[in-house]
Amino acid sequence: MKKNIKNKFYPIIFFTALLLIWEGISRLKVFPPFILPSPSSILVSLVTNFTSMQHHVLITLYEAIIGFIIAILLSLTMAIAMDSIIGFKKTLYPILIISQTIPIIIIAPLFIIWFGYGYTPKIVIVTLICFFPITISLMQGLATVDKELIDLLKSMGSNKIQIYKFVKMPSSMPSFFSGLKIAATYSIMGATIGEWVGGKNGLGVYMIRAKQSFATDRVFAAIIIITVLSILLLKIIEFAEKKYMPWLKFSKET
Amino acid sequence: MTKSNILIEVINIKKSFGSLHTLEDISLKLEKNQFVSILGPSGCGKSTLFDIISGLELPDSGKILINGKNYNGKTGRVSYMHQKDLMFPWNNVINNVCLPMFIKGENRKKSYIKAKKYFPDFGLKGFENNYPNQLSGGMRQRAALLRTYLFANDIMLLDEPFGNLDAITRRKMQLWLLGIWDRMNASVLFVTHDIDEAIFLSDKIYLLSRRPAVVREIFNMDIERPRDNKTLTSMKFNKLKEKIITLL
Repeated sequence: MKKNIKNKFYPIIFFTALLLIWEGISRLKVFPPFILPSPSSILVSLVTNFTSMQHHVLITLYEAIIGFIIAILLSLTMAIAMDSIIGFKKTLYPILIISQTIPIIIIAPLFIIWFGYGYTPKIVIVTLICFFPITISLMQGLATVDKELIDLLKSMGSNKIQIYKFVKMPSSMPSFFSGLKIAATYSIMGATIGEWVGGKNGLGVYMIRAKQSFATDRVFAAIIIITVLSILLLKIIEFAEKKYMPWLKFSKET
Repeated sequence: MTKSNILIEVINIKKSFGSLHTLEDISLKLEKNQFVSILGPSGCGKSTLFDIISGLELPDSGKILINGKNYNGKTGRVSYMHQKDLMFPWNNVINNVCLPMFIKGENRKKSYIKAKKYFPDFGLKGFENNYPNQLSGGMRQRAALLRTYLFANDIMLLDEPFGNLDAITRRKMQLWLLGIWDRMNASVLFVTHDIDEAIFLSDKIYLLSRRPAVVREIFNMDIERPRDNKTLTSMKFNKLKEKIITLL
């Protein structure tokens, strides 16, 4: 516990110092406020505009969570399929890797053309972004299960489904959760990118409008909300992780 | 001796992995309520033999008969305990122990009730809800043994179950095993490279050679039961030990 406080001490000091310098520069009017608004004015704008932003926040959150859930379901199916059928893995794995080299910002406009300006293209983007880290980490987890545990179950005459149920899935949960944590932080960002490229609602749209009216303080306010939402999702995943895997507390490695 | 007394008959088993000749020619028998040890140098293929008997591996030639029926490559008949305790870290003790019953599709509550009966005898009472990483090495082995017993209690294959324990704990575990074995009504095939352990526990010892392994000698123990610490220093015990040491 003590170590925890100590670990947080340095970043907090550094971050506070950074904010103070920023505030100082803004107060001295080195740059006009529409280029660099002061942290205090951003905070004020966050508070005063919160009611008008609320609606956009909820929509972004909705897209992110739906996309995230679809990504989880898709990853579970794909990773298990690739783990159990070798041909599947050989066929799909290279495509999966190549798909990740395509910048999402380039294909996002395509989704607008295909799926319109509604929720669908945003959800598709979130799913695409989240799908990869979850699938890869789950596959890794499934591939590194202790073979002796599997042999033990086999010697008890268990079938393939039981091997997944009793060994492979529980054993790969730690790496599955690390994939989930990465994906969770990406999900809000993914939704915002989708909205930025084209849409009627959401934080991305809000930011574009704020940018176009040179209300830079509101752009920053939206950024703060995105950060807070991402961290919130991450914390929820971490909470679920502890709840779901109480045994990790007792593992000898830590 | 009637034929029905023979539980396992291993007939002329041969097995190689590529160019590695592991088992040359192994035949052995396990009778009802017998404790039979397979003693041999490390790496002579004892664990391979168990993999074949349990059905995980197929022999190149030879047969495994269990109750007179061919069990080559058929898993799920005998229970098999490895040298490592192989506790599942994500399950608490009771769920670890009940695993074989879950695999057989038995009801969860009934499995718990059945398993809990044995917890005092196996020195695990009060630890039902602990996770394996919270237990000592000896307790983990006892839990693994209970899991093995709950899977199939008539024939158990134990592959150096105490091999990873310190000498003092190991001695305690051997005494404890003899104690409960009397009540368990089980037949045991036991792999070890510890001569004392083999003599102390067994009715019969098959002495294997180095790889490629053959049965070099069969010893029938006539040391009376129940055995205790005094057995270890008795005349009969030491004579047998001397014989085995000269052969190894």
